[in-house]
Amino acid sequence: MEYKLRYSQYSERSILIEWPAIIDDFMLKDILNFKNKIQLNYSKLIVEIITGYNSLLVIYDFTIDNVNDRFIDLKQLYLGLLETNYLESLTFKIPVCYDAEFGVDLEKYSREKKLSKLEIIKRHTAPIYTVFFIGFLPGFLYLGGLDSSLHLNRKETPNLNVKKGSVAIGGEQTGIYPQDSPGGWHIIGNSPIELFNPKQNPPCYIKAGDKVKFHAISKSKYLEIQNEIAHSRFDAKTLLIND
Amino acid sequence: MIKVLKAGFYSTVQDQGRYGYRNFGVPVSGVMDSYSGEFANRLLGNDIDCAVLEMTMIGAELQFLKPTTIVITGANMRPVLNGNAIEMFKSILVKANDIISFRHAEGGFRTYLAVKGGLLSDFVLGSRSMAKEITTTVKIAKNDIIEYSSSSNIVNQKNAKLKYNSSHFKTDILEASRGPEFHNLSKEQQLLICKQDFKISKYNNRMAYQLIPEFKNNLAPILTAPVLPGTVQLTPSGQLIVLMRDCQTTGGYPRIFQLTENSVNVLSQKATGNALRIRLKG
Repeated sequence: MEYKLRYSQYSERSILIEWPAIIDDFMLKDILNFKNKIQLNYSKLIVEIITGYNSLLVIYDFTIDNVNDRFIDLKQLYLGLLETNYLESLTFKIPVCYDAEFGVDLEKYSREKKLSKLEIIKRHTAPIYTVFFIGFLPGFLYLGGLDSSLHLNRKETPNLNVKKGSVAIGGEQTGIYPQDSPGGWHIIGNSPIELFNPKQNPPCYIKAGDKVKFHAISKSKYLEIQNEIAHSRFDAKTLLIND
Repeated sequence: MIKVLKAGFYSTVQDQGRYGYRNFGVPVSGVMDSYSGEFANRLLGNDIDCAVLEMTMIGAELQFLKPTTIVITGANMRPVLNGNAIEMFKSILVKANDIISFRHAEGGFRTYLAVKGGLLSDFVLGSRSMAKEITTTVKIAKNDIIEYSSSSNIVNQKNAKLKYNSSHFKTDILEASRGPEFHNLSKEQQLLICKQDFKISKYNNRMAYQLIPEFKNNLAPILTAPVLPGTVQLTPSGQLIVLMRDCQTTGGYPRIFQLTENSVNVLSQKATGNALRIRLKG
């Protein structure tokens, strides 16, 4: 399926391409496919591409002189039959400890949602979430697919210090804080794995288009994984689920 | 090597930025006033991407442990070398153990110190720009040591004749194009926001500059989408937030304007209380 896209110049060096304003797995594939096509065809002209839920920003290495020529190039590329190496989507199993020590807001969240803690964990670990893109903080995954019975508006006053690894729910979204940060989401657990490591290249092993599934672990398992990571003995490949 | 005797108010090592990792949420960073940072490197005959020291509001006091050549650009922090005032925008030879000190910025907010061959701080993900969660150091501190290559090269004379354009210190007009959500404002609001006199609030740093007064609006949030340094966001409570070099890579607030690259440089030389207006170009 081809979408009706809107092209506009965003800055002196960039062009914004927008899809309809929806959050959709199928549309995400179209966005990432187009991103891949642009990168393959214009690798020398383009510095980088940033994507969001329904848009893609192409940043060029130079000031754009004739923006219409660029629009035509991009439109032809989008509509062209040219096949790309379809990006492989990987699925990662993310361990989360939902103990009260980590899920500092779980008790309150459970009362507000009128759901038992076990039921919350069951519903949070059931879906396979889609990674729509990474933004906000280095390594922060924008995940789609949260069970609608778990939606809860963000806190009115954000926490000043949400701990690294916190797994949280905010509005219709769920996510993992890749570093200590202020944040207004309800914290229901914590994952010991590192989502972002600037000493590695790429710094994230999870990318847009990949899938994520949470699974509950005990505190002792949490500490075991944390220890393996601290001693560089943890292999992120063990998180991969083979379909 | 440079030994930091006093760090100043907020001093960081910056190059032209960290490219290629924004799809992992990594800010682009880099010198806030890229014109002045680049100019300092050009005067020294450096590659323009060499890392320089960016000092904010109050300058540092530094000791050079090896001889080198330096250039100072940006706002005037009245630089002094071993007790004697020195010129900006000019190559200056320094000897081992020379001490340079800077004071409050005048006529601007950020000053650049470039060293022949560039500063050699942590190189992470293709850049030496200091950034939170990326480099081990986020800003320089007393007793830090910053490496540079020792060289006694004579500076290219052609570069020494470059003319520094200081006009961006004098204007209070930021040039911008319409952001993707500009058209969501009513016609009246569109006219109003382009005529509004703004001031810089005390919330200004390398990530963003907030403007006052607030601008009342009823714009709906957008699906989280890409943003760039120079993107002007308008929040539901009416805050105008101008994103700067260390900004996040995506955002959910309506994007009203996009500043030109030159206007990002202009803004980076402004401080709390400074007046400005946003003008649509072309």
